[in-house]
Amino acid sequence: MEGRFPEEPRFPLWKVPFLQYVVAAIFLVLVAAYWHVQIIQHRQYLQASEHNRIRELPIIAPRGLILDRNGRVLVDNLPAFSVLLSRDGARRLTPALVAGIAKGLRLDPAALETQLKQAASLPRFQPIVIKKSADMQDAAFVESHRIEYPELDLIQVQQRFYPKHEVGSAILGYVGDVSPKLIARSGKRYQPGDVMGKSGIEREYNALLSGVDGMCRVIVNSRGQEVGAMTPVPPRPGRNLRLTLDLDLQLAAEQALGDRSGAIVALDPRTGQILAMVSHPGFDPNDFTGGISPGEWKQLIKDPKDPLMNKAIQAQLAPGSIFKLVTATAAIQTGTIKPSFTVFCPGYVVFYGHTYHDWIWVHHRGHGTVDLHRAIVVSCDVYFYTLGKMLGISTIARFAKELGLGRRTGVDLPGEEPGLIPTPQWVEKYYHHPWYPGETISVAIGQGAVAATPLQVAYMVGGLASGGVFHRPHLAFYSELARDRVDPPADRKCRVTLQPATLQAVCNGMWGVVNEGGTGVGARVPGLQIAGKTGTAQVVSAALRHATHTADYRNNAWFVGYALFDHPQIVVSVLVMHGGESSVAAPLAGDVIKAYFEEHNALHALPPSAAPQPEVAQGVQAKATPLPVLP
Amino acid sequence: MRERFGLRDVDWLLLGSALALAALGVMEIYSTTLNTPLASECKKQAEWVAIGAVAALILSQVDYHLALDHVAALYVIMLLGLAVLLVAGRRVGGARRWLTFGGITLQMSEMGKLVIIIAVAAYLAGCKAKAVTWKDLFVLGILVGFPALLVALEPDLGTAITFFPAVVAGVFLAGIRFRHLAVLGLAGALMLPVGWYAMRPYQRERLMSFVHPTQHTRGSSYQVTQSKIAIGSGGLWGKGIGRGTQSRLGFIPVSHADFIFAAFAEEQGFVGALVALFLYFILLIRLLDGAQLAGDRAGAFLIVGLASMLFFQVTVNVGMMIGLLPITGIPLPLMSQGGSSLVFTFAGLGLAMSVRKRRFVN
Repeated sequence: MEGRFPEEPRFPLWKVPFLQYVVAAIFLVLVAAYWHVQIIQHRQYLQASEHNRIRELPIIAPRGLILDRNGRVLVDNLPAFSVLLSRDGARRLTPALVAGIAKGLRLDPAALETQLKQAASLPRFQPIVIKKSADMQDAAFVESHRIEYPELDLIQVQQRFYPKHEVGSAILGYVGDVSPKLIARSGKRYQPGDVMGKSGIEREYNALLSGVDGMCRVIVNSRGQEVGAMTPVPPRPGRNLRLTLDLDLQLAAEQALGDRSGAIVALDPRTGQILAMVSHPGFDPNDFTGGISPGEWKQLIKDPKDPLMNKAIQAQLAPGSIFKLVTATAAIQTGTIKPSFTVFCPGYVVFYGHTYHDWIWVHHRGHGTVDLHRAIVVSCDVYFYTLGKMLGISTIARFAKELGLGRRTGVDLPGEEPGLIPTPQWVEKYYHHPWYPGETISVAIGQGAVAATPLQVAYMVGGLASGGVFHRPHLAFYSELARDRVDPPADRKCRVTLQPATLQAVCNGMWGVVNEGGTGVGARVPGLQIAGKTGTAQVVSAALRHATHTADYRNNAWFVGYALFDHPQIVVSVLVMHGGESSVAAPLAGDVIKAYFEEHNALHALPPSAAPQPEVAQGVQAKATPLPVLP
Repeated sequence: MRERFGLRDVDWLLLGSALALAALGVMEIYSTTLNTPLASECKKQAEWVAIGAVAALILSQVDYHLALDHVAALYVIMLLGLAVLLVAGRRVGGARRWLTFGGITLQMSEMGKLVIIIAVAAYLAGCKAKAVTWKDLFVLGILVGFPALLVALEPDLGTAITFFPAVVAGVFLAGIRFRHLAVLGLAGALMLPVGWYAMRPYQRERLMSFVHPTQHTRGSSYQVTQSKIAIGSGGLWGKGIGRGTQSRLGFIPVSHADFIFAAFAEEQGFVGALVALFLYFILLIRLLDGAQLAGDRAGAFLIVGLASMLFFQVTVNVGMMIGLLPITGIPLPLMSQGGSSLVFTFAGLGLAMSVRKRRFVN
């Protein structure tokens, strides 16, 4: 055996130890690398491994119901299914795979591909909703294709249901999907499949109505198949919201307005609670719950009558003769005239070299000699032209603002418009010319640039009827908001200090409008003391002309009335767009007021009033103090 | 001098560390296949360990020159096996790697590794010069390159590459002129683009995903990402046997085979990985000690070839788990599931022990 390779050379002795050092060096590198991954970066990888194995499926919290003041359901939920697609599985979502899913769920494959592309920027572990309001056939497809399409999941959702359809749509609003971007940005606040209020009460009180979704955690393998479950986190349902709305009155108002385009607002001037709010034409919020189709959406937006606009708070229109109440208030309160001040109306008047006609001039006659009361009752333009000239624009604008015009009432609805009370400053700012005195004459009768919403009109007359106490209009009960730990809107009540004489003159004038053969006689309801004021606005504002896309410039008809005269409990403002004459609007207010008192069984219980006196007992100071005092 | 039989001269440190590593492997296979259709694999693996250990003990008693003397026959058997594989091999997962002889399934390339080591050792032992010549390099290239090509055609590029460290280490030990080294290096660099075109698409993707890990979230770098998550989430002490979520829930591919070290590091933590690496370190250092002590050149080449091949596989496998090296289908010696790999590794260790036992022969 020995001597097999007797004279073979030995290797240099350094070579094997060199190899051993190489081994040692490389192993040190390996150990360092493992140290880095397992010790330094441990936390980050641990988190990643948790995400890998736990798939979180949301349990959608039911949204709070919306009820009327008597607890009747205005907005309900119906159980439904949504189909979720997980994208964190091991396999890629190939076009063939997507096409198979689309076919099974009867979706448009191209639309699904587009949706997936859009979702590519979202975190992978976040599933996306590919079909809302899935039916039993879809559910059966998902359940029977668990092996082929482990990416699909069903979740139970609560679908919003509006049992009254169009009724109250302007107030209630509608819901829609939370956008994928918002889901990503919201952390865990929003989940796929969540809906949120997009308009109206649904939007205003979205935080209160939407609950906190629960979480169903399942352990999955790398193919996305469930291999176990963890304790679920139960959802916290949203809170129910009771509105001040009275469904019966709402229905009466809806019926009164009928097919006409316009709005009706009924509120309780003692509290500011809105009892009814109608905007026609309306829309069916149910169309939005399953996701509105692009075609339907286009139709809604392009409709010249703008169904999505809440005309009660968004239609800014010249209030016409209703504004005479402001001019009258300003004239008496400032002592410019006494109620006995008379003007002879020949049917027109010439100021600043321009002839201003009275509305009665169409009959080629005038109102004759009128005092303030008569001027309000017959809505004499010449009388108020004269007052306007005497008062000047600044005084008129100041009173208009104090009575709530030209600024938002602060109602708890999104998108309220402020209306407009023109001032010299405003004209200079937007039209770059000084105020023409002639414009004041138009403003004095509620024409020109003056614009108000039906809600503002109701708010103003409610305040005048209640002795100068104005309550911010609202739809949610403040006490209940406080209980739900939602901050109720601040500054809910304000008192405008008006002399009893002022209030008496204005309110008596409104009594005469309805009861002394005035312009608002159509609002009369036998047995009820109703007062009010008509308005016929000739011009639509430029803004609205744009908003309505209409060539119909027929007059807008207004009426605002309240009852009872000496105990105001309800004030109703009516706007009939392009209604022609104000006589169209007055009966609608009468209908709503009648419905209110019928419901409250007060119609025949109250004695007919013989000698009307304006209601000044409530909150009006006996001592008259000069203006202006606004909190 | 009479041949001495007996277990007194067995290198228990070498065999012990190898058995300890194999035991860790069996444990990890048990853990990753628990309650799965592959649950019986750990018992089979344990049997293979036993067979391998016995084979190592027997071979340690046999004169390693016996293997060197019959290297030609072994080499021809290997070539035939690889060729038959290409023609009639059973396709598993797209590759033909296994030959079945009456119930026993053999991975030919694992046998090939050992035969290559013996062949390289036998050839280099015959070179008496202080440095290898061009002719030697050419012959070695053919000797190793041809079977490597056959293996690469299976396709199993990882194992084919594994054939070469034995040559590199052997030539280093035998001595090489700087001029030769420079020319070889240059030629290798020029061959790189050719190699790129010769690669199969999945092999290119693996290489590219190593260069740009974030661009291949679903493919090869998905595997690296998942194995890094497994290893990193293990932390210092690990999640415990059977509790590795990454390996148990299938996020790591073949967690009982090629990716066993990721599963092991997830469940046993940094401490476990350190212990395993330390055992490999002991094994390799002890092997190389044997090369220094070897009674003749052939014995030294045998050991250095084996050590370099094991070292290469361990480094590449452990390194690719955390993205230090591109993914290649190289199993972890002694730990990965697979009877052929185990038996031939133990056989190699047996030969090395035989060399060490006969260190005083001259």
